[in-house]
Amino acid sequence: MTQALVNVPAKAKRGEAIEIKTLISHPMETGYRHDTNGQPIPRDIIHTFVARYNGEEVFRADLHPAIAANPFITFFTVATESGVIELTWTQDHRDPVTQTANITVE
Amino acid sequence: MKRSPTAAPTRRRFLAVAGGVALAPLFVRSARATPATMAAAIREVVGEAPVREGKVTLELPPLVENGNAVPMTVTVESPMTAAEHVKRIHVFNEKNPQPYIATFHLGPRAGKAKISTRVRLADSQKVVAIAELSDGSFWSASADMIVTLAACVEETP
Repeated sequence: MTQALVNVPAKAKRGEAIEIKTLISHPMETGYRHDTNGQPIPRDIIHTFVARYNGEEVFRADLHPAIAANPFITFFTVATESGVIELTWTQDHRDPVTQTANITVE
Repeated sequence: MKRSPTAAPTRRRFLAVAGGVALAPLFVRSARATPATMAAAIREVVGEAPVREGKVTLELPPLVENGNAVPMTVTVESPMTAAEHVKRIHVFNEKNPQPYIATFHLGPRAGKAKISTRVRLADSQKVVAIAELSDGSFWSASADMIVTLAACVEETP
């Protein structure tokens, strides 16, 4: 099971730039390695990460094999209104993983 | 960033090099991407636009013990308003099998142009971050680093 950890402040002031920290367990297999029989290990990475704030995309990252295993990404977004921040990691061979966090804006 | 694009190899040559990496793991040290490959990858992103140094801060440790997970932070000076903001941050490297690390898409809703992640570095090399601003200009910063234990891009697991 892919596990994601997300750190979003529970409360924020309107207009404040808040930091969102994300971590997901994933091997980020580069596709450049070989197994013990010399067979190439196919690439298996998270290639896209998207953050949506109440449905609107506010951040996106295109990732390559040069991103370390268990990708850790932090970014900022302006706290505009109370609602849901939805984070989606899209990977090579399995279904995307989505995690949501609620935020209260005062 | 002042690199001559004239010496840039073609994508085909890069693919041949990458194929060589896949076929001959013993020779990867000499068959990785090169500074010229990185320059070519950067040209694909910026086109003919000039890339000026400044506005971007690229934080990476100068000496890395373990290339498998190197903390990296990129900050761009920008008011991040609708009229003036950072659109994208591109990060490249010289000596991994591919010159690309990541592209981050931002906008005025980011509020602050600062991102952090952890990268893999297969060798001691230069990393370049390029910011694409809303006015179409490109700004860059680079960091040279020494990696004592390279990321395992080719060994058996």
